[in-house]
Amino acid sequence: MPYARIFVLMNETAHIEHRDYATAKLGMWLFLFTEILLFGGMFLVYAEYRQLNTADFHEAGREMNIFLGAANTVILLTSSLTMALAISAIKKGMKIRSLLFQAATVLLGLGFLVNKYFEWSDHIRKGLYPDSPVLLAMSHGKILFFGLYYVMTGIHALHVIIGLSVIIFMFVLTLRGNISGTDYVKLENTGLFWHIVDIIWIYLFPLFYLIL
Amino acid sequence: MEENASHHVATKTFVFVWIALLCLTGLTIKAAQMQMGEWSMVANIAIASAKASLVLWFFMHLKYEKRLFKLLLFVPIMTISIIIVLTFFDIWYR
Repeated sequence: MPYARIFVLMNETAHIEHRDYATAKLGMWLFLFTEILLFGGMFLVYAEYRQLNTADFHEAGREMNIFLGAANTVILLTSSLTMALAISAIKKGMKIRSLLFQAATVLLGLGFLVNKYFEWSDHIRKGLYPDSPVLLAMSHGKILFFGLYYVMTGIHALHVIIGLSVIIFMFVLTLRGNISGTDYVKLENTGLFWHIVDIIWIYLFPLFYLIL
Repeated sequence: MEENASHHVATKTFVFVWIALLCLTGLTIKAAQMQMGEWSMVANIAIASAKASLVLWFFMHLKYEKRLFKLLLFVPIMTISIIIVLTFFDIWYR
């Protein structure tokens, strides 16, 4: 083959955009499965310790502020709605509408974290934090409850922070036109991550706030 | 895949799902306050699973995905369920 022909071929291949919608989504779902297993392991530990320390768990659960927990549930559920609407907007090519819904999702996520801040600082003011003298003086079951509470809601909050960072990144990509009505799988996958964070909270809420 | 990819879900559908999720949240708080002992826990887990299914099915678009995605979801769920059930056999019958 003459060199000129090869050069043309190389030039042509360089301009072909390689996209695989189904694989991109499958990859995201496989990652989400590892997230389910990560939290599943912690749910298992919770279930076993609760079974072995039922009375202590119920007593410790009364320390939780149901109102703040319920408010955060409503906030996350609403943010899932705005995320879903942001994706359906971009699919129809409505860029501004999608950007507004993405911004709403970020604001709701920040609201969740602000609530969490008030909640945790309230516990810490009462001396209920890992390894605190107040907590160590309590029964074994209560120490386990608060340990699990801080680890599970803490890792969940970390996921919220990561999710928010990714949504902000997607906001910029949408603004620049990298995410558009013809190429939106990045935003869809971000949405999948945000929804799984919501689902984990759906389980955390009754386990920690609703044991009366 | 193309027809799945471009499937448009009506805004109304998403809003209905959101309202259902809020109602279930109210219901789960009521169930907890009824003081049914460990049955409150069973009710709460059942309601949480109903909520999670709504999010998976509509918000996460699983309803409109290929069957492969729906089947794959059973792998982590079954794994977790088997591990939890076997662990509880150990706690109960040791």
